[in-house]
Amino acid sequence: MDETPILQVRNLHKQFGPGCSHCTDLDADHLEKNFCTSCGTVYAVRDVSLDLYAGEILGVVGESGSGKSTLMQCLYFDTDVTAGAASINVPHLAGENVFGLSSQQKRAIRNHDFGMVYQNPIHGLKMDFSSIGNIAEKLIAAGSRRVDEMEATGKRLLENVQIPLHRMKEEPRNFSGGMQQRVQIAKALSNNPPILFLDEVTTGLDLSVQANVLDLIKKIQRDLGISMVVVSHDLAVIRMLADRTVVMLNGEIIEQGLTDQVLEDPQHHYTQQLVYSLL
Amino acid sequence: MSMLEVTGFGKSFTIHHLDKTMPAIKDIHFSLEAGEFIGIVGKSGSGKSTILKSIYRTYLPDAGKILYDSEKYGLVDLSRIAERQMLYLRKFEIGYVSQFLNVMPRTTCRQLVTNTLLEMGETEDMAQREAEKALTHFELEPKLWDSYPKTFSGGEKLRLNIAMATVKKPRLLLLDEPTASLDQHSKIKVREIIEKLKSNGTTLVGIFHDIEFMEVLCDKVYDMHPRREVGIGVES
Repeated sequence: MDETPILQVRNLHKQFGPGCSHCTDLDADHLEKNFCTSCGTVYAVRDVSLDLYAGEILGVVGESGSGKSTLMQCLYFDTDVTAGAASINVPHLAGENVFGLSSQQKRAIRNHDFGMVYQNPIHGLKMDFSSIGNIAEKLIAAGSRRVDEMEATGKRLLENVQIPLHRMKEEPRNFSGGMQQRVQIAKALSNNPPILFLDEVTTGLDLSVQANVLDLIKKIQRDLGISMVVVSHDLAVIRMLADRTVVMLNGEIIEQGLTDQVLEDPQHHYTQQLVYSLL
Repeated sequence: MSMLEVTGFGKSFTIHHLDKTMPAIKDIHFSLEAGEFIGIVGKSGSGKSTILKSIYRTYLPDAGKILYDSEKYGLVDLSRIAERQMLYLRKFEIGYVSQFLNVMPRTTCRQLVTNTLLEMGETEDMAQREAEKALTHFELEPKLWDSYPKTFSGGEKLRLNIAMATVKKPRLLLLDEPTASLDQHSKIKVREIIEKLKSNGTTLVGIFHDIEFMEVLCDKVYDMHPRREVGIGVES
């Protein structure tokens, strides 16, 4: 079975700081975790390669500071990469390293091919727009111009995430955290993206709301066949959602495999510690 | 050709915080024709579940081969097959029932079985119909269908677990101690269910806590000590 991944990432590096003679030779292992004690450079993501296949959920786990969110920001073009390549298997981007495209082209990919849900809804929503206005904003960016169509789409999406339609004109800042997260998911889905990034989407939500969001994510996978990268430090969330999982530590992927295999037969020392810590 | 052939199989566990490698099992050989049932016996800790989990790739095998005759891919070694292929086989060909039910929270019994079918690409109508059929078949009362399995009894959870695994009509079913912790009445029900699977042509590798129970159901037995296939009724 030769299956082409919908998203292929190769040797992604992201560093904060210039690097110095002490730390640029990464093989020499002069770093304290992923930090150079000599020049203060942080090697946030180091040589990460991964494949995301059509319709699958790929889990990314790791402790705080392991580089999970930086990885997501690189993939969503929120920040420039230091080195590395990524290709997206859609016809108009075949063979392109998308990290090398112009900012205009990157914006087009974000508008048409990507959706992103941040841990903090402030980053994904305009808190002073109405909820349906937030969705319309993304639809306009993706090329919609007809108000009646946008309104119909917005209503359908909000219904899908169980936001009562009589509140659709309200600003998300009036909503609870769980509702804001659901509006953010609706917005991320509005351009019907083949790839969706979810960064700690259930972190900080109470259990009951978390169950709702998990169910929603599974439903999106089932009904729409969208491929997702799900970042979480919560192994229980990853176990429920992800088909395959990668484990990050100090900016590197240290282990990957089928999710149940990573959790039940972890190979790396750190992954074992993580699994032993599970409640 | 056999449906499943395990040869020279072994598995050990490296425990980093003890700086030790624990040998779990080695030199396991057995084979299974389509439609056959094999039971694995051995005392607690002898590695029975390790075999099942390795066939399902929940554990990464480190020696030997687990050859499986797949409908989709032909003859494959489950210990080396690509992850994506294993995911396909889990979805369409190989089922696994553990002693524990681990499912999406706050999802009804009916929805869980329906979702399994939707994930295989069935239509909503078809999935609903098949799910109801499976729940009826496994004798879960209709009054339970719209409640959450968190509140179910051990026997009900187990039957739901079996329903979720078998509704996919797997060619190969792995069953890990389906009757442990069940009362006599529930055991009889589970036995009837397993007998039904057999008459449907399912191939099965099972671990049964109850030897008598196993002997009634299985065509052959694999004994972990002295690591060989034995006939039914042979004292170990």
